[in-house]
Amino acid sequence: MKTPKSKITIALTGNPNSGKTTLFNALTGSRQHVGNYPGITVEKKEGYFETAQHVLHFVDLPGTYSLTAYSQEELVARNYMIREKPDLVVDVVNSASLERNLYLALQILELGAPLILALNMMDEVRKKGMTLDTLLLEQRMGCRVVETVARQGKGKQELIETIISLRTRKDERRSPLRISYGPDLDPVLNEMAAIIQETGFMTDTYPARWLALKYLESDEQIISEGRERSLETSNRLEGAANDVAEHCMKTLKTYPEAIIADYRYGFISSLLKDVVTRDQQRQRIEMSDQVDKFLTHRMLGPLFMIFVLYMVYSLTFLVGDIPLSLIEDFFGWLGDAVRAVMPDGLLQSLLASGIIDGVGAVLSFVPLLMIIFFCIAFLEDSGYMARVAYMLDRVFSYFGLHGCSIMPFIVSGGIAGGCAVPGIMAARTLRSPREKLATILTAPFMTCGAKLPVFLLLAAIFFPANQALALFMITVLAWASALLVSKLLRSTIIRGPATPFVMELPPYRLPTLRGLMIHTWERTWQYIKKAGTIILAISILIWAAMTFPQLPEERLAYYDSQSVILEGDLASLPGDSDVNEKMDEILSQREQIEFSLAGEQLAYSYAGRTGTFLEPVSSWAGFDWRINIALVGGFAAKEVIISTLGTAYSLGAVDEDDPVSLAGRIQQDPDWDTKRAVSLIIFVMLYAPCFVAVVAIARESGSWKWAGFAMVFNTVFAFGFSTAVYQTLKFFI
Amino acid sequence: MKSSICLRRMKVNQKGIIRIVGGQGEMGRRIRDMGLVPGVDIQVVGRAPLNDPVALRLRDFTLTLRNNEADYIFVETDDENP
Repeated sequence: MKTPKSKITIALTGNPNSGKTTLFNALTGSRQHVGNYPGITVEKKEGYFETAQHVLHFVDLPGTYSLTAYSQEELVARNYMIREKPDLVVDVVNSASLERNLYLALQILELGAPLILALNMMDEVRKKGMTLDTLLLEQRMGCRVVETVARQGKGKQELIETIISLRTRKDERRSPLRISYGPDLDPVLNEMAAIIQETGFMTDTYPARWLALKYLESDEQIISEGRERSLETSNRLEGAANDVAEHCMKTLKTYPEAIIADYRYGFISSLLKDVVTRDQQRQRIEMSDQVDKFLTHRMLGPLFMIFVLYMVYSLTFLVGDIPLSLIEDFFGWLGDAVRAVMPDGLLQSLLASGIIDGVGAVLSFVPLLMIIFFCIAFLEDSGYMARVAYMLDRVFSYFGLHGCSIMPFIVSGGIAGGCAVPGIMAARTLRSPREKLATILTAPFMTCGAKLPVFLLLAAIFFPANQALALFMITVLAWASALLVSKLLRSTIIRGPATPFVMELPPYRLPTLRGLMIHTWERTWQYIKKAGTIILAISILIWAAMTFPQLPEERLAYYDSQSVILEGDLASLPGDSDVNEKMDEILSQREQIEFSLAGEQLAYSYAGRTGTFLEPVSSWAGFDWRINIALVGGFAAKEVIISTLGTAYSLGAVDEDDPVSLAGRIQQDPDWDTKRAVSLIIFVMLYAPCFVAVVAIARESGSWKWAGFAMVFNTVFAFGFSTAVYQTLKFFI
Repeated sequence: MKSSICLRRMKVNQKGIIRIVGGQGEMGRRIRDMGLVPGVDIQVVGRAPLNDPVALRLRDFTLTLRNNEADYIFVETDDENP
């Protein structure tokens, strides 16, 4: 009989840019699962590695520099280590800047968590002419140290062996590390720890000295939790902390938290004495710094940035166009096949017009999106994105945002093709509630992957010679709107001071192909999943809304009788060639009748009625009832706009034998002109975020009030803007 | 004579040793967590196109912060006439 394998849970932690995710990918390969931590939306990545006797369950904690309650990520990492008590914690450190990276390791040891230190990027250390005495470090830290080069998979085996050996020996939980915080803090720390021990104050969860430290650091989360547990004890501790804070201010003109940081870094310096040796001869100017002289140069930097962003488009259109049209053709063919094989009727219409046209329109953009996602992943992983944040911060702070708002904006579609949902979630790294809120509310203006098809379609029809330029202008307009609205919000309803911009500029690195592929696939899969579930359901719903109620009997009978008459005429024609003209006439009459039947049916349906109901107002911006149907559907998900237009025009179309693509139909329709296209582009860009994004806004801002605000405000703003542009263009076109 | 100046006033490529780090609460903690504490060698390695934020080299990595935050940091520079 097989004995069940024993499961080891390992939390993976480390600074951002330490190669933590690369190591996670190397360890778990494709066996990953992405979810969320309960209650909050910080991404939780899990993966597995199996050996003969063990299942290693890795949890990739969010990257943090410290374990204060500075951001939600730090809180998640800290709480996971404390509450879930993983069997082991692996701290992935960038060995090339060991000093700062150990700051986190120290705090983990102070928590008493069982730690393994993974000294990552050892190749960079050697390149820099540095050497590390790993054994000495291990001795001094009192924990196992493993050297790794995650991007080459080096050290992976040793790390796994270390994990298993530590587990097999079943080390009892280590006692927390004690660092001396000097003559001013140590006495009070001991005193507070004694109070905590004595009263058993939260000692079931936290080590006593660590709790005392958190009170000295005035950690909001811990103090509020403490007050709930025992107001009396918490007050005593707060009193002691306040006294020592006052004393520090009087005698040293500093704060306890500053002293704590000083001593931690002091402790690290002594740890690293003789551990790190530098070859003075080989001390050279960093390659990255050299590159930055050019890439963040006053003049050349911004120019290069614009060039890079523009290249992303060009690449996308150049490469993405081929698979795009292939997939489009495939779904066109599939729809025709269904129409040919199945008998006319509701089921055929549901399959061909509802599902295939709807989902096909969405899926055909997958290759395009993959290229864009790949480019974004490349910019992120190479370290260039941080430079973009650095160069743009001055501008962003002017609009009441933060250099880090660049990430939510770009993920949302600042470089066309993102998604507002992960974009809104990416805003979590912004600590200040005000900048975060402004970012969350304006990020949905960006060109997400779902709006992109609408823009691509219209650009291809109305600006065939300048597609890339048109898309670029659309992106510029989206940015301008987001920034101006943010400025408006930050100077009216979300007023307040700015948050610090303290950010690392990681050295430039060539991203690993594997990492890029995993990033690209994760995001693409999210899109495909959406297409398969929400969009499918909505496509069916919208098809139903456009099909029901069916026309009343007498109208159907009328059309029937009309075609019967024509059939009769056709049959009565003599079979010789002179009457071809007559036959053509009858055929075109029949076409006319079918066309008006389809048109009347659509107008009669629920969707048609809604669209028509809105038409008197929407016509100010140039939208007819068919566009209205699509836009209302777009509230549910932006992908629906294009699929609904597809369905609306295919239902209203006559010539089933000669299926013209949606683009072709719009091109032939005399109602469509450039001013309507421009107005529609603007409206789609700015109006209410999709339902999923609205839910994300509610969750991230902590209130449905803001979600409601986003829906109403954005729609009103979009409609005002579109109308203004449409009415102005009327004078010129 | 060694002089102590505010980080905001340092020039690109200028080196120095941090002497005072003010600032409290969230911002102070964030600055210190990243290793900006008294006694550390720093070098200004660049400024963003609009002069703000500033990029520093310290403890083998590069850090950026805004001038508003740099105001809390005083640095002893070798330069006599900065």
